[in-house]
Amino acid sequence: MKSVTEYGGSYHVQLTPLEKGFHLRLKELWQYRDLVRLMTGKTFAVTYQQTFLGPLWIILNPVVSSLIYMFLFGYVAQVGTAGIPRILFYFVSSAAWGVFSASMIANANTFVANAHLFGKVYFPRLVVPVSNMLVSIIKFGIQLIIIAGLMVAYVLSGEIHPLWVYYPLLPILIVQLAVLGMSFGILIASVTVKYRDLLSVVAVGINLWMYATPVVYPISEMPNGVIRTIIMINPVTEIMEVLRLIMLGEGEVNPAFCALSAGVTVLLFVISAAVFNRVERTFADTV
Amino acid sequence: MEQATGFDNERPEIIRVTGLKKRYRRGRIGAGTLQATIKEWKERRKDPERAKDVHRKKNESFYALDGIDLSVRRGETVGIIGKNGAGKSTLLKILSRITAPTEGVVDLYGRVTSMLEVGTGFHGDMTGRENIYLNGAILGMTKAEIDEKMDDIIRFSELEEFIDTPIKRYSSGMYVKLGFSVAYHLDSEIIIMDEVLAVGDIQFQRKCLSCLAEAARDGKRTVLYVSHNMSTVRQLCNRCIVLDKGKIVFDGDTDKAIEVYLGISSDMPAQITYGPEHRPDDAIIRAVKRISIDSLSFADRTEPVFRNTEEAVINLTCTAEMELKNVGFRFEVWYQDNTKIATALSSGFLDFSPGTETVTIRMPLAHLESGRYRVDIIAFLFDGSPNDFRIDSVYPGFYFQIEPVIDPEHYLKWDHRHWGAIRLDDLHLEMSFEERERLSEKSDSLPIG
Repeated sequence: MKSVTEYGGSYHVQLTPLEKGFHLRLKELWQYRDLVRLMTGKTFAVTYQQTFLGPLWIILNPVVSSLIYMFLFGYVAQVGTAGIPRILFYFVSSAAWGVFSASMIANANTFVANAHLFGKVYFPRLVVPVSNMLVSIIKFGIQLIIIAGLMVAYVLSGEIHPLWVYYPLLPILIVQLAVLGMSFGILIASVTVKYRDLLSVVAVGINLWMYATPVVYPISEMPNGVIRTIIMINPVTEIMEVLRLIMLGEGEVNPAFCALSAGVTVLLFVISAAVFNRVERTFADTV
Repeated sequence: MEQATGFDNERPEIIRVTGLKKRYRRGRIGAGTLQATIKEWKERRKDPERAKDVHRKKNESFYALDGIDLSVRRGETVGIIGKNGAGKSTLLKILSRITAPTEGVVDLYGRVTSMLEVGTGFHGDMTGRENIYLNGAILGMTKAEIDEKMDDIIRFSELEEFIDTPIKRYSSGMYVKLGFSVAYHLDSEIIIMDEVLAVGDIQFQRKCLSCLAEAARDGKRTVLYVSHNMSTVRQLCNRCIVLDKGKIVFDGDTDKAIEVYLGISSDMPAQITYGPEHRPDDAIIRAVKRISIDSLSFADRTEPVFRNTEEAVINLTCTAEMELKNVGFRFEVWYQDNTKIATALSSGFLDFSPGTETVTIRMPLAHLESGRYRVDIIAFLFDGSPNDFRIDSVYPGFYFQIEPVIDPEHYLKWDHRHWGAIRLDDLHLEMSFEERERLSEKSDSLPIG
């Protein structure tokens, strides 16, 4: 599609063979914002229908993983948490990691999972990944209730000292996590159209990635060396550290790597959206 | 190729297709594993010539659409017909932006609603109302637009009572009603439909077709309609294109287009030898098969073209496998638009002894109006009970054509679209004096005011 022009109430779309170059088509996505909202709502409605605990799972998941981390990394391995109470450290970290990993996993199979829908009706395909991403952000919002409860206790007892002034920055960090996850996800989705086996790689890869990110440990625990450099290059690392610094008052922030992380996020989003839009135009012929 | 005729050329063009081609790869398409690609790459390094050959064979391609040029004006209702694989669905997929063309350009001067399927994106656990929102949004409506039209949509769907029930409890007909109602209420200028009304009940189907036809007449809607059901094509479309092997072979009047399509899909042989392809439900037949209908020819024609004042004389060669008593034949007659219209039974029965015999069957053609017909032949055994005891059947048995008769008695031109294919015996009109008297008395005694 080359151009969408509206002049004096008349409308023109031209459909042409695949053309070169980048097309994000974000304007069109904006026109379908109601669909994004409806799909997000539908995902919640459908996921928790006919389950026993329903939306309580949104809170239970990070609670259970935090307890496991407390046992494994706290009690057994005795990995430090930079002075932050363990339960709070693990809960905040795994909730934030969940935003990234859920955005990625939910989108890694976009084309194959929606082949039927995409094969029958046109709408901007990015609607699906964006709504999946919103689902992960909303889940984090719900988990914040528990985080807030824990924080009240620890702030009153004087065990943590959050940087309240910077709290307005938190939504930006969460959105960055979600966008980064979605970008990786749709990039993988574009490749899985051709190579289905990449999906298995994703399942394993996301676990490895978590340990290459300071989720169950702070970066300050990591000794200098090659491994630390690799972890610092990981774009999720600085987001986690900045997030904990603001929310919990402890974190090691390196401005250069923060800039790198932000740059990677923007670049990756642009590339992945363009690749996704390109694959979308002919994927119906391959799936 | 003939050009569209007799349509108002004043209205502006709304769809223009220029040199459209779509290439598909034959065989195993696309989706593979990483391993397969690496293997292929290794092979190519080892033996470039052979690998290239294999590669070429694997990537042999064909054109599903091979150079389509088409111009549609606002308010036209265009039928697209053709055999399976002629390119109809591919054309609709490109116009509805599901897939991109390989070559050529499509210009759309209006928003498109595509109904390649009814109720795409419906979720069974959600209610009818919730699905209207979701489906409407998928089709491009905003929440405000849907809110505004909600009442109209529900009324049109005739599902007022069930609108807050999860649609997994809907019947397939209700599903179609809901889906069509949403799509119909979109503010789009172009509607693309692919056989979507087939499931709904006839009443609803008729309502949809007439609403679409009316909207098109006003110039509000332009419709592209694909169907194998010729009677709905005839009801809706004022223009029709015939696709064959990715090319437009006819473009113009609907009735003519259907003739062209039927000419492509069925030639009318005067001699037929029956094989397994004529017995699709072979398994059922074989259990009771006692006779084999081998071949057919027409006694006095080289071409099966008749007038309805004549008889078709058919020679049927049959092989009996055993001694058979009381064998009858039945002809089930279909009109060219694929509707079964009538059945003829043999008036008597024949006895067969093992071996091959030729049976001559005379079929009167009175009552059939002009057009093309298909006949399925069934041989049955009459054992005194009213049950249908089939011993062989062939589908299709044969085709024939009835030439229009020019006859003073046919004082009106036969309108197939609304009158059907059979002309029953004429009605007798009478009006007696007493009757007239009685009627006038009755009207006098009617209370006034």
